[in-house]
Order: sequence, then C-alpha cells, then structure tokens
Amino acid sequence: MKFAIALFSPPSAPSSRRALRFAEAALQGGHQIVRLFFYADGVHSASGTIVSPQDETDVARQWREFVAGHGLDAVVCIAAALRRGVLDEQEARRYEREAANLPAPWVLSGLGQLHEAAQEADRLICFGGD
Amino acid sequence: MSQSLLVISRQAPWNGPGAREALDIALAGGAFDLPIGLLFLDDGVLQLAVGQAPQAVQQKDLTANLQALPMFGVEALYACAQSLAQRGLSDTALAVERLDSDGLRALIDRYDQVITL
Repeated sequence: MKFAIALFSPPSAPSSRRALRFAEAALQGGHQIVRLFFYADGVHSASGTIVSPQDETDVARQWREFVAGHGLDAVVCIAAALRRGVLDEQEARRYEREAANLPAPWVLSGLGQLHEAAQEADRLICFGGD
Repeated sequence: MSQSLLVISRQAPWNGPGAREALDIALAGGAFDLPIGLLFLDDGVLQLAVGQAPQAVQQKDLTANLQALPMFGVEALYACAQSLAQRGLSDTALAVERLDSDGLRALIDRYDQVITL
C-alpha cells in the first residue's frame, strides 16, 4: 500500500514518535511512503538544532536518519516553518536570520505537496492533529 | 477521479495559527481543483462568529480569508450544530450547512480522507 504521512506535532509529543514508528513499520512491511509532510507544529520535528538529554530519545534526529537512510521524499511546509523559526540555509539568508536549522534531507515547500501526496497515496495517515 | 478530503477545523481563531493553517489546507486544495470539504467543529465554530474584534488582541481578521473559500471552489462548508449552540452562536459570518451528530458521522464517512487541525 502507498502511504502519505502528515505530522502536526513537535518531537516532544508522543504522536511524533508514533508517526516515526508507524513509518518504520510501513517500510518493514513492504509498503511504500510516497511522502512525509510536516505541517503546523510538526515542522519542529524536522529541526536540526534540538538537543536532547543523553538518556532521552532524540526523535528529531531519528526522523532525520530515517529519512536519509531510506531516501524518502520529506517535505516541511515553508509557511508553517518560517513562522516557527525552522529555516534552511536559503531562507536564513533570504530573511537575514543568524542560523539555519533545517538540514538535508528535508525540503521546504508548499501545501500543494501535501495534496499531491494525498492524491497519489492509497491512504493519508495524519499524526498529532487536535 | 480525485480523492476527496475533509478538513476539520477545531481551533478558535485566537488560539495560535491552527485555524489559519486548517483554512490554508482547504484553500490550497481548492486552488488545485480538488474536492475539498471544510467542517468547523468544537472551538473551530468560533471562527464563524459575527462581529469579531481580532485587532483587540493584535490578531488578523480571519473572516475575510473565510470568504475566499467559494472563490477557491471550496463550497462544501459545514458546522457542527451542537458546537454552535454550546457557544451561543446563531448567526454565522459564512454560509455553512449545520449538521447534527448523525449528519457529522455521514459527512466524515463520505470523504476519502480527513485532516483534523
């Protein structure tokens, strides 16, 4: 089955970890993930500047390694990200901010990417909505 | 055949960007000519209140953006009748179909996909 996965919560929320475990299980089960789309507070789950205590799970790092390891299409909504201070190098330069915190393999793009993924997938699975 | 998407908006307009972000999903879907529905539920119905004064809490008025929905082809607009009644709202700033719990169940069932914000 082809899944599109949308995440709306930060890495501190249980739903971010649940989304990651679901995504891992989907691939292990032979399914396909057409795209991950991080929206609303979910953009924080892609942040590269989160520092977790050593004895706690670093969910943002696990997301990054999961995406990179599987070469997934992973999109962070640009409007949601900018207003929450999640910027890649290009946006940090454009808005003259001091730091960029959205490393590869994440890509900033628009809501059209969510709709496109939802159309392409058999199922859209959302995590962390209210 | 496109998959239909129901956006369920549950946030009050002053409660952070949630209301705006739910609306943006609906507007973007409309811009792509997708079959989109928008349901206002729980505190989300407060977005429909008439005579809001968002500038008093340094917020932008979302009502104008709501009016853009039909222009973007999003005409399937719904509100939970119970949520409206619980919050004392009779008039709404946008024409919406009011649904009871059976109507809500049928609505959610009718759509291929659902996003709740």
